[in-house]
Amino acid sequence: MNSVLHAEEDPIPLSALQHAVYCLRQAALIHIEKLWAENHFTAEGDVLHAVADKGGTRKTRGARRVLSLPLASRRLNLTGVADLVEFYPTPQGEVSYPVEYKRGKPKLHRADEVQLCAQALCLEEMTGIAVPEGALFYAQTKRRVVVPFDDTLRALTEHVAAELSAVFDARKTPAPTTHKSRCRACSLIELCRPETFARPVRKWRDRMLDLVLGTE
Amino acid sequence: MKKLLNTVYVTTEGSALKKDGENLVADVDGAERARVPLHMLASVVAFGPILISPALIGACAERGITISLMDRAGRFQARIEGPVTGNVLLRRAQYKAADQAEDIVRSIVMGKIANQRAVIRRALRDYGTEMEVPARTELEHAADRMAAILRRVQLADDTIDRLRGSEGEAANLYFGVFDHLIRSPDAELRWTCRSRRPPLDAMNALLSFLYTLLTHDCRSACETAGLDPAVGFLHRDRPGRPSLALDLMEELRAPLADRLALSLVNRRQIRAGDFRHMDSGAVLLSDEGRRTVLTAWQERKKEERQHPFLQEKAPFGLVPWLQAQMLARHLRGDIDAYPPWFWT
Ligand code: SF4
Repeated sequence: MNSVLHAEEDPIPLSALQHAVYCLRQAALIHIEKLWAENHFTAEGDVLHAVADKGGTRKTRGARRVLSLPLASRRLNLTGVADLVEFYPTPQGEVSYPVEYKRGKPKLHRADEVQLCAQALCLEEMTGIAVPEGALFYAQTKRRVVVPFDDTLRALTEHVAAELSAVFDARKTPAPTTHKSRCRACSLIELCRPETFARPVRKWRDRMLDLVLGTE
Repeated sequence: MKKLLNTVYVTTEGSALKKDGENLVADVDGAERARVPLHMLASVVAFGPILISPALIGACAERGITISLMDRAGRFQARIEGPVTGNVLLRRAQYKAADQAEDIVRSIVMGKIANQRAVIRRALRDYGTEMEVPARTELEHAADRMAAILRRVQLADDTIDRLRGSEGEAANLYFGVFDHLIRSPDAELRWTCRSRRPPLDAMNALLSFLYTLLTHDCRSACETAGLDPAVGFLHRDRPGRPSLALDLMEELRAPLADRLALSLVNRRQIRAGDFRHMDSGAVLLSDEGRRTVLTAWQERKKEERQHPFLQEKAPFGLVPWLQAQMLARHLRGDIDAYPPWFWT
């Protein structure tokens, strides 16, 4: 289904991929149901992006640096903006090198890498030149972590994009993640209410009625 | 738990509300009387002639703070809202469900009757022994009949019209014995029957005012959850009527508004002198009475209760929002029914 052109469909925002890796339901709640919990972390993220968002081109160490570069992939129906893309001159033409700013520190799951890899897939489609690696810059450690776009990461990214695209098509919010620890760290937990999902309400209602009528 | 944000009620005629930095400021006769940071605000409710500056209106709209304008008597006039937060998929599900609403209506009616009955049971428990025997007997009888109606609502595969009928029957029983719940010695505070537009006696004026406040909160809750407040299930659609807000309100009237009215009167915080009698026969709360009620209402909203379905503590003021959220999750297919809020 990846090869189909989604001319009629709204493109999927690149930022939805990182949410989808973490939890497909989270991605649906944010990007389809438009629920969003402002919290401390998202505010911090906004400040970070305000710095990266200044836009324009600067030259450093032989590379052309472009801030806030719009990206898209027709094949994967993705669209978004890269924080920073560096272009290095090579005999084959300019090779692009995406750099994404992240709050906090490197994580155990691969959400950030998938989002970055999706940028690389967009860049490859747009420039026609292979993008072998990129980097994540973490605010808390102030370090660049180099991310090679190997086959495993590419396959994972394509898989997540396909899952997300199915959710967008169905417009149906999927079940909560089975990783309970992710829910505990999720800023959407009070809007998502994972503990109530598929709870039998009718049975509960009958029990409550027995309770209020029985305890006299 | 979501934060319970403040509602600012402005009742002083001639007040001017303006934005000063990130604050709402209320001036009366050129002197600053109140200052509230915008980030702590959920809504502003202005009664009667109050000036609101364009800058404040803009700032509120941008931050999702709603402004409601009421006339002096507390009747709704207009509402200023920012860009719609609504979720079109949720609204579609809501409209579709409105054509097949039996089970949602069943939940609402169950919650409503159970909570009205709980108000009666609570009164019997608290001072049943001090009551005259006929009054006590009537209250017990009403509670028993309401229990029977509840069983019928629970079991029968009823049409919406029959569910509406059961709701009306229970309401008649409840308001038929309501006078026995009033312990104030003021003769003017006796209950006869429900009168709405306009309220024709003091208790009705008090209830109507509290219902206005509750409607405002339920309407905001619908908007916040992304639902369309105008498309209801129990209440039929009618242009200009916030039917869904009224639906949400049904379960909450008795425990939030009626109980508060009764305790204000029974503790003599509100007395016969707190009402104004108009030439038309209409009765309204005086300014002083309104202030007493607003203070009590805001205190009431801070009280915490166990939410029976979510099984966590929540302030009363958040219950409309939680119920709207549960309704939204039901409409989006997460759960098989709408869980009513039982006051226990
Ligand atoms: S609370 Fe859990 S299920 Fe819900 S969005 Fe967050 S991670 Fe996903």
